Amino acid sequence: MKKALLTLALAATLIFTGCSNDAANTQTAASNEGTETAAVNHPPLHVANWGLFIYEPVLQMFEEEYGIRVIYTTYSTNEELHAMMVHQGAAFDVVTPSDYMVERMINEGLLVQINWDNIPNYRYIGDNFKNLAFDPQNLYSVPYKWGTFGIVYNTTKVDQVVDSWRILWDEQFAGEIFMYDSSRCTMGAVQRMLGFSMNSTSQDELDQVRNALIEQAPLVRAFLADQIIDNMIGGEGILATVYNGCARWIINYNPDHNFVVPQEGSQLWFNSMVIPATTQNQANAEKFINFMNRPDIALLNTLYTRYSTSNMGAFNLLPEDWQNDPIYWPADEILARGEVFVDLGAFREAFELAWTQVLLSQ
Amino acid sequence: MTRFFSKIIVVLKPFYLGLMLFFMYAPIAVLIIFSFNDSRSRGTWEGFSFRWYEQLFNDPHTQSALRNTILLAIFSTIFATLIGTLAAIGIDRMKKRSRTVVMLISRVPVMMPDVITGISLMMLFQFVFRMLGFGGLGFGTMLLAHIVFNVPYVILSVTPKIRQLDPNLYEAALDLGSNPARAFFQVILPELWPGVITGAMLAFTMSVDDFMVSFFTTSPGVQNLSIRIFSMTRRGVDPSINALSTIIFVVVMIMLILINLRDKHLITKRGEDGNEN
Amino acid sequence: MRRLFTYPYILWLAIFVIAPLLLVVFFAVTGTDTYGNTYFTLQNMGQFFEGIIDDQPFFQRIYVVITMRSLRLALQTAVICFILGYPLAYILASKGFRNKPFLIFLFIMPMWMNFLVRTYGWMSILERNGIMNNFLRLLNLPTIDIMFTDSAVLLGMVYNFLPFMVLPIYTSLTKMDKRIIEAAQDLGANPRNVFLRVVFPLSLPGVVSGITMVFMPAAATFIIPNLLGGGQFFLLGNLVEQQFMLAGNWHFGSAVAVVMIILMIVSTFILSRFDRQEEVSEGGMRL
Repeated sequence: MKKALLTLALAATLIFTGCSNDAANTQTAASNEGTETAAVNHPPLHVANWGLFIYEPVLQMFEEEYGIRVIYTTYSTNEELHAMMVHQGAAFDVVTPSDYMVERMINEGLLVQINWDNIPNYRYIGDNFKNLAFDPQNLYSVPYKWGTFGIVYNTTKVDQVVDSWRILWDEQFAGEIFMYDSSRCTMGAVQRMLGFSMNSTSQDELDQVRNALIEQAPLVRAFLADQIIDNMIGGEGILATVYNGCARWIINYNPDHNFVVPQEGSQLWFNSMVIPATTQNQANAEKFINFMNRPDIALLNTLYTRYSTSNMGAFNLLPEDWQNDPIYWPADEILARGEVFVDLGAFREAFELAWTQVLLSQ
Repeated sequence: MTRFFSKIIVVLKPFYLGLMLFFMYAPIAVLIIFSFNDSRSRGTWEGFSFRWYEQLFNDPHTQSALRNTILLAIFSTIFATLIGTLAAIGIDRMKKRSRTVVMLISRVPVMMPDVITGISLMMLFQFVFRMLGFGGLGFGTMLLAHIVFNVPYVILSVTPKIRQLDPNLYEAALDLGSNPARAFFQVILPELWPGVITGAMLAFTMSVDDFMVSFFTTSPGVQNLSIRIFSMTRRGVDPSINALSTIIFVVVMIMLILINLRDKHLITKRGEDGNEN
Repeated sequence: MRRLFTYPYILWLAIFVIAPLLLVVFFAVTGTDTYGNTYFTLQNMGQFFEGIIDDQPFFQRIYVVITMRSLRLALQTAVICFILGYPLAYILASKGFRNKPFLIFLFIMPMWMNFLVRTYGWMSILERNGIMNNFLRLLNLPTIDIMFTDSAVLLGMVYNFLPFMVLPIYTSLTKMDKRIIEAAQDLGANPRNVFLRVVFPLSLPGVVSGITMVFMPAAATFIIPNLLGGGQFFLLGNLVEQQFMLAGNWHFGSAVAVVMIILMIVSTFILSRFDRQEEVSEGGMRL
């Protein structure tokens, strides 16, 4: 905003006199923009989702089919979504948090129970994804995507076998490592590396995790979220911690890479569509969720995002090489090593403080 | 010795200017060139294409962000200019001490770091407005916030013009039988006009460019261009941001050139008329 | 008519300028218990300065570390902007350029482009396989790897704030009374002395306002460090953003904001004293 003073100085030097053209110029640029899909009597549907987590044209298909306008927002961590809903008062109709955040939202009374009569496509959801611990009776959530978290690395530059999180502490990769900029993902990986539960609420274990990450600090190039994809494709680093879907993107654009889920185990995440209590039209939100679970739509979605679908109807339509792809559809043994995040409750504050300390040590 | 030195300086001057110009324009040139790149890559050239422009024009989010930016700029400029001009006139007629205090408070939004302006207004909207039942954050609150940070700029540009005003002008108009409103619109306002216009243009620029204050005072569904660009840079893999920057650059350049041409024209004309102050 | 204009505006200031700041202060010195009751506490402020007295490892006094890092970076930005900007302003203000308004226009033009977009442009340049390094490789020169480091952030900050330094200095140089310089020359001062004893002291008000316009915004920014430094680049601005937008802790976030406001007032005060001293010496010189 200090620019104004500057502009004032400029005004003094260039002597602005009259000009009303500028507004008009820009306005014509605006009126050339495309027209909007008409909304018929329905309030628009506010949907929030992770970045790179949907094939956006399906939103237009929904708008055309139901005449309900969709306002789409993206976020990059569960915590960001939570803050949007609670502290910024965003009134969403459908959001897609994962496991522990679904649990927290249920506990905080932020969600409404789903009317299952409106979601007949629920029958396509795989049984593995129903009645999970964060929503044991499946009252609030419709599974959307699932996956795991691991290490993507450049095979031309890593000779050794990558099977442990410890490789991220190997000094030969100093300055070549990207870590995921999300507290629970990164700290969770380290918790497993040190043999702890990812849901530990022990301050002592937390301190050890923090110290390990502080020790790693000199080797890390940057903490990034979705930007890791671009950076790995462009060869900006050798190792990165990412979700399996991100890894699929990276490998598709730059086949020199491989993805592994370390032996110590990793997170197993389940993303669900839920309806916040702020919804203005629950029936429309349910129409949207049902539409997203139509096998053809879920198929488009998973093909574009490269994240594993929870919709078996869509899975069965997938090409065979996708169905057999160990990155897209991790093997059972990896799942067996996985752990699902649970909400940390009162321990959350200590956890986030430790995370800030880690970031600061860089 | 001094001669040799001054010769070096003569050579160095344009060189330094060129270097600084290169520094200022390098990232902009990169954005423009790579907006035509036929690849997602940010660093390597892989052929000419318009695909990022196509993608940009098919992106409903960017379109609505553009619309929001323009609406915000127009409305906040109109309101800020109105409030600021009237306030400047009011402040000028205050007693010296209260004038100093009011001017100081008026400048607070300019002096404060944007983050502080942003969060303090966010708290006002979230906490107080909610309590009074005005509803949550959105386009309305963002517009209000823009007006808040724009008003001081209008005041700062109108005040000097008021100081130049002949204090007897208004009285003279009244003595000649004009009513106060007419005296204001027909006598005072035309004198202030250049300051008002400068203020309005400043306000418009500020509003178009703002990120911080908008970021804190809007709801996630309502974005302006800056917020849109921020979310695009965080996500990566989207060179249509280059296309957007190129368009912004071209529009800004045309606008500024037009303004300057017009100014030059006016100046020469004034010079000929012998009206120049 | 005076009242008609003044009172609504004072009301406007009260609601949109004073009240929000009072809210910041209010939240900074209060807390909310589990039942939603508000109580007075200095804990938020205390939390900020935790570990500053006893000799704790750095991660036990993170907020002080963040503050120092922000101030250091802002100071570096201001100093580099001054070193680069003063000669630039001086050259622009000197005689002998045909199309001066156009030159100035060229320097200000990039300012009208969104700063996020320009920062994004730097990302493409500075990356390990970015444009600068591709070019260096083409010439068989060693590559420069500064993306995600202090240097990249500093570069981005200097780039963004440089014009704020150049313009005030330029203005003070062009508005300078040329007769004083001529007088000094007539009295036999050599060019070096004319500059050091006359021109530079007279341009100091411009320098001071340039530093004011660079230092505080640089200390409060959070976007440039985030884009060029990565998520680990944590400054005061990031802390405020995190507390309000992620953690939802308005009390602590406000405490940080209060610290920033105090820093701003203190730095403005120091700089304005500097300014005034110069005015005195300027007066003295005129005598």
